[in-house]
Amino acid sequence: MDDNNAMINTPTESPVDKALTRQIVIEINNLRKGFDNVVVLKDLSLSLYDNENLVVLGKSGSGKSVLIKCIVRLLRPDHGTIKVLGENVSELSSKELGKMRQKIGFLFQSGALYDSMTIKQNLEFPLRRLKKDLSQKQRDQKIAEALENVGLSDTTDKMPSELSGGMRKRASLARTLVLDPLIMLYDEPTTGLDPITSDEISDLINAVQKKYKTSSIIITHDIECARATADRLVMLKDGEVYMDGSIEDFEDSQDELIKSFFK
Amino acid sequence: MKVISPVIKTIKKLPTIKKQAIKLSEKTLENTQKANVFFSEIGSFFLFLWLTIKSSFSRDFEFQEFLRQCFQIGNKTLPLISVTGIVIGLVLTIQSRPILVDFGAESMLPAMVALSIIREMGPVVTALICAGKIGSGMGAELGSMKVTEQIDAMEVSSTNPIRFLVVTRVLAATLMIPILVLYADALGILGSWAGANIKGDVTFVLFFTQAFSAIEFIDFLPAVIKTFFFGAAIGFVGCYKGYTAGRGTESVGKAANSAVVLASLFVILIDLIAVQITDMI
Ligand SMILES: Nc1ncnc2c1ncn2[C@@H]1O[C@H](COP(=O)(O)OP(=O)(O)OP(=O)(O)O)[C@@H](O)[C@H]1O
Ligand SMILES: [Mg+2]
Repeated sequence: MDDNNAMINTPTESPVDKALTRQIVIEINNLRKGFDNVVVLKDLSLSLYDNENLVVLGKSGSGKSVLIKCIVRLLRPDHGTIKVLGENVSELSSKELGKMRQKIGFLFQSGALYDSMTIKQNLEFPLRRLKKDLSQKQRDQKIAEALENVGLSDTTDKMPSELSGGMRKRASLARTLVLDPLIMLYDEPTTGLDPITSDEISDLINAVQKKYKTSSIIITHDIECARATADRLVMLKDGEVYMDGSIEDFEDSQDELIKSFFK
Repeated sequence: MKVISPVIKTIKKLPTIKKQAIKLSEKTLENTQKANVFFSEIGSFFLFLWLTIKSSFSRDFEFQEFLRQCFQIGNKTLPLISVTGIVIGLVLTIQSRPILVDFGAESMLPAMVALSIIREMGPVVTALICAGKIGSGMGAELGSMKVTEQIDAMEVSSTNPIRFLVVTRVLAATLMIPILVLYADALGILGSWAGANIKGDVTFVLFFTQAFSAIEFIDFLPAVIKTFFFGAAIGFVGCYKGYTAGRGTESVGKAANSAVVLASLFVILIDLIAVQITDMI
């Protein structure tokens, strides 16, 4: 598998080489995960480097969401190790796990807004419980700022059910970003959004990376978003990393599957 | 010849025996699998119970959510419980009167009806109504939160979802159901007085004095204590079923449905145990 990758990769001056000198934030080795006899992730090894935007591509059902759920231990891997900031995720106690999760922002594919709370309460919910040293005023300010970043300033007191799908996605993004995470896991941040908002979200992802020095995994089908945000891309196929490289590598690739993504 | 024939018979039968054996083994396997599901269900039930108990001993109690749940429980069930309470009192009185008259014990009517309302009818009927209304509500609410990944979202933002969702609901039910039962008892006795007045003429004060002349504290106490257990069971089962719902929207309905069934069963079982215990004292 690794040899295979090396063949596909362009060996010189790739961002991968540059990245090698950088610190590893998330290291996944030989990850396997299946459900009821169906293996979704077979033998997946992947690293995320410090202050890097890694875009993960793959067909629907290829296990991209499962991958990032394993990283935060919402799902338990069947085999293999996942290290986040040097700590083995599956060996953490529940307290340590809580601490680790505080450093990670997770944007759910479905948004997962709490539908019994207003948008403001949605953002306040984690903030109030995790950043206890903030005053109410500071909290309000942070919330207002986060909502403005995603262009939702005027929906503070609406319920999630009153928003459109795209607005819900953005509100969910705001809820994740309000905690200033070190690592961001975006599950399809731009799916279902119009091109203009998509571009704005891509810009926001880049801005977050610059401003807070976050490292991110961005799962997307949106090639525009990938182009705008990626420092490096990986393609998943059959539960393994099919290709790993820069955006140029992917665009120049002669592989049928890759080409079909980058039409 | 005669010796061989049974042997031949068994040989001829062998395929059928084999088939039978396979069928039997498959059935056994299926049953063990079912048993496995059963045992793993019991296992997860107690695990969840343990997590809930553990999370309830935490300094950060979600008081606001607790109040909201208390209000919701009261708000959802009050009309239904009011009507049922009155009707129970009324019906019990109308039904018991002829028998008591036959025995010439009509004056016992208020006491008898009040006793059966306070000891049994009030708690059990209220709890069963709450099992239907609150148990299913919690099962559906938490189930849909599970399906739409809201519970996962709480978990990854390292806020304990059991503390926020489950502990508050279980405590709210534990507190509110005894209150609702007392309310139903009161309305039941009121209904009974109304029933007594259909064919007789009793003043409210007289009816009440007669009713409570027969009731002692010792009748009252076990009946109240068991309602706390009813409440805890209803809240817990509703939350458990919702929280452990599977994937897909259909499992929300399943969660709500099985919450009602299991909660009602628990109410009846707890009542049975309570009767045994009171009987011993
Ligand atoms: N909790 C689960 N239980 C059982 N099967 C699951 C579970 N989560 C995911 N799967 C299965 O794993 C496979 C991969 O799912 P996943 O959600 O990771 O796909 P994906 O790559 O994110 O696809 P998409 O781009 O459509 O979101 C699917 O076949 C799905 O049915
Ligand atoms: Mg997905």
